[in-house]
Amino acid sequence: MVDFQLSEEQQMIRDTIGAFARDEIRPAARLADEGAKIPSELTEKIWQLGLVRGPIPETYGGDGGERSAVTGAVVAEELGYGDLSIGLHSLAPRLFAYPILEMGTVEQKATYLKRFTTPTFAPATAALMEPRWDFDPTELATAARREGSGFVLDGRKCVVPLAAEAEAILVYAKNRAGSGFEGVDAFVVAPDNPGLKINDREQNMGLKGLATYEIALDQCRVSADARLGADRGVDFSRLMSEARVAFAAMAVGVMRAAFDYARDYAKERKAFGVPIATKQAIAFMLADMAIEIDSARLLIWEAAARLDNGHDALKESYLAKNYVAASALKVTDNAVQVLGGHGYIREHPVEMWLRNARAMSALDGVATV
Amino acid sequence: MIDFELEPQVVSRLQMYHAVAENMMRPISREYDEREHEDPWQFFETMWQAQSLNDVGPAAQSAGGGQQAGPKLRNLNTVITTEELCWGDVGLFLATPNSGLGGAAVMAAGTPEQKARFLKRFGEGKPKWGAMAITEPACGSDSAAVTTSATRDGDDWVINGTKIFCTAGHRAIDKSEGFVVVWATVDKSAGRAGIKPFVVEHGTPGMQVTRLEQKLGIRASDTAAIIFDNCRVPASNLLGSAEVKQEGGGFKDVMATFDATRPIVAAMAIGVGRAALDFVRDFLKEQNVSVRYGLSPRRLSVVERDFMEMEVQLQAARLLTWRAAWMMDMGQRNNLEASMAKAKAGLVVTQITQKAVELLGPLGYSRKLLLEKWMRDAKINDIFEGTQQINMLIVARRILGYGNKELN
Repeated sequence: MVDFQLSEEQQMIRDTIGAFARDEIRPAARLADEGAKIPSELTEKIWQLGLVRGPIPETYGGDGGERSAVTGAVVAEELGYGDLSIGLHSLAPRLFAYPILEMGTVEQKATYLKRFTTPTFAPATAALMEPRWDFDPTELATAARREGSGFVLDGRKCVVPLAAEAEAILVYAKNRAGSGFEGVDAFVVAPDNPGLKINDREQNMGLKGLATYEIALDQCRVSADARLGADRGVDFSRLMSEARVAFAAMAVGVMRAAFDYARDYAKERKAFGVPIATKQAIAFMLADMAIEIDSARLLIWEAAARLDNGHDALKESYLAKNYVAASALKVTDNAVQVLGGHGYIREHPVEMWLRNARAMSALDGVATV
Repeated sequence: MIDFELEPQVVSRLQMYHAVAENMMRPISREYDEREHEDPWQFFETMWQAQSLNDVGPAAQSAGGGQQAGPKLRNLNTVITTEELCWGDVGLFLATPNSGLGGAAVMAAGTPEQKARFLKRFGEGKPKWGAMAITEPACGSDSAAVTTSATRDGDDWVINGTKIFCTAGHRAIDKSEGFVVVWATVDKSAGRAGIKPFVVEHGTPGMQVTRLEQKLGIRASDTAAIIFDNCRVPASNLLGSAEVKQEGGGFKDVMATFDATRPIVAAMAIGVGRAALDFVRDFLKEQNVSVRYGLSPRRLSVVERDFMEMEVQLQAARLLTWRAAWMMDMGQRNNLEASMAKAKAGLVVTQITQKAVELLGPLGYSRKLLLEKWMRDAKINDIFEGTQQINMLIVARRILGYGNKELN
């Protein structure tokens, strides 16, 4: 039955993470952006919240909680409200752990999940994107071919979060015949694999706190049990849907941050003797931003609810993500505009949110619910 | 818990509405667009009978007919079924005999006795219409500025003034035993608080339709100008209390009506938008133009991007609309959310239908297809029940915590 109300538990999670984002993450955001570094104390503190450990079964030391895409979207939005770089950084281990949790074999779960239930941050990641303008997850250039009982991976990947410190990387590659999402598999690659080369850290216009890398796979040999899900492979379409829901939800947090900031500023700042918010030119921009935020969130929740109900959500998550890519840019740009010249100055966070929002249309698969 | 899935009984009910839209509305859609101001009586009779059986149609909804589908979500069911019927034809939807906005005003402002007295007729006898008259030649969005007056004289109120843009006004008072709810001021010095709703019955001396508007779209729906010249109505036809209070009552009731009707108008827009979207989808399929979801947006064709944009904007408007209706069902104040839904739906459906015409080029522009009609029909949803701009103003006031003094 149609319901627009989060469960009590979800509301509690939202309030807890929201308060943490406001009090702990937001104050660290500018420094992380300028210094291209996220303090490890903060990373550990977020780790303690159990955002990665939560749905991992108790057998592996996790909390055995229910994994819900809606709850994941709620958490992602709150983290994004704090800071997109810090949010993506702290949830990067999910990129490795959750595909294993959802689609791994019993052995793979037993081997890898434990680490994510330990008390210290477990850096791990996934490599999906490739450094070309028309990158498309349905047509990966990175390929896997069988050799003996194992596989050989070849290709280049980019925007791999935390690659340099990751204890394990999940590499997506075209393996099976079949078009689109069908032919894609995921392989566990250890950081010391001689076929794996991690290049210099990338320099991007935004998300500067998040360490991302280009990596090269050159005759990168992995054993048969490195293939996620063994002979079953993975449901790559579902993984992409989850990734898009998560990233879009984080961007809604950024939109909300920009809206709140611009609204408060507009009520304070005076021109011609009155707050600029009392002028329709400004007030209507803010109204439009509010409508876009609610629209975006509802589209994301709809896709997430479909995932939770076990339905295919490829189309819904894709459309929601594309919607958010456009609206996040519009909303953060409006926020800069409401602040005028001050919006352009790095003393205020809105310019940073505009740079971060632009990532939405450029990146894919850098988060998961 | 967050959920967007309709219950099976709602879905099956929706199929019935779809059949009405497809089999009864679409076939006469073009005809009554071209024959403006004529009456599709056969359609009216059938809809009226269906409604009195509490089956389908707007009256069934306003009378609570949606209750059968799920008592807890009556307003949500109303917007969902409204979308379905307006997928058929929004002009015919507006023309369907029922209590309409007049009924909504009675529901919002009337006493239990008045509700029974004025609304009973919509479940019996011949087709009837209820209308509401608020707009005047010199005031539209600024509805607090109405100049039509009501003066007490013995046991009567005497109404004088001119109303325009009254949906179904002609059918309500000249073509059926219906009524029109007229908003008039009983005390000009009291401003908004002095504005009161009066039920004026069909055939009341002093009330006359002087003009039917010729419109861009929704041509099956009549839009009347009505003059009230010393028009007498009994005191018992003033809805609610005659007392002029600054707090509550009076004009506030108009606003309460709008909170309830804006999600419905948004749903009407969405119905038209979906008609255009469905048509374009089928057309592209026939032309072997695929719409590839999931691909990098940089690899999509312009047509694919346009279509996906239409689709997702429509869905965003739909979800906002469902939320506004759902909040009413939950007994929550939805003033902000109703305006959000209305502003978004009116705008995006205007854009979607315009884009649909563009995508089909000369075919879209041709009156052989209904696309151009839907584009004309869609535009009204961006205007009536509060223009897009008025709704943006309401949203802005609410998010800023401003009243009409701070932000105007």
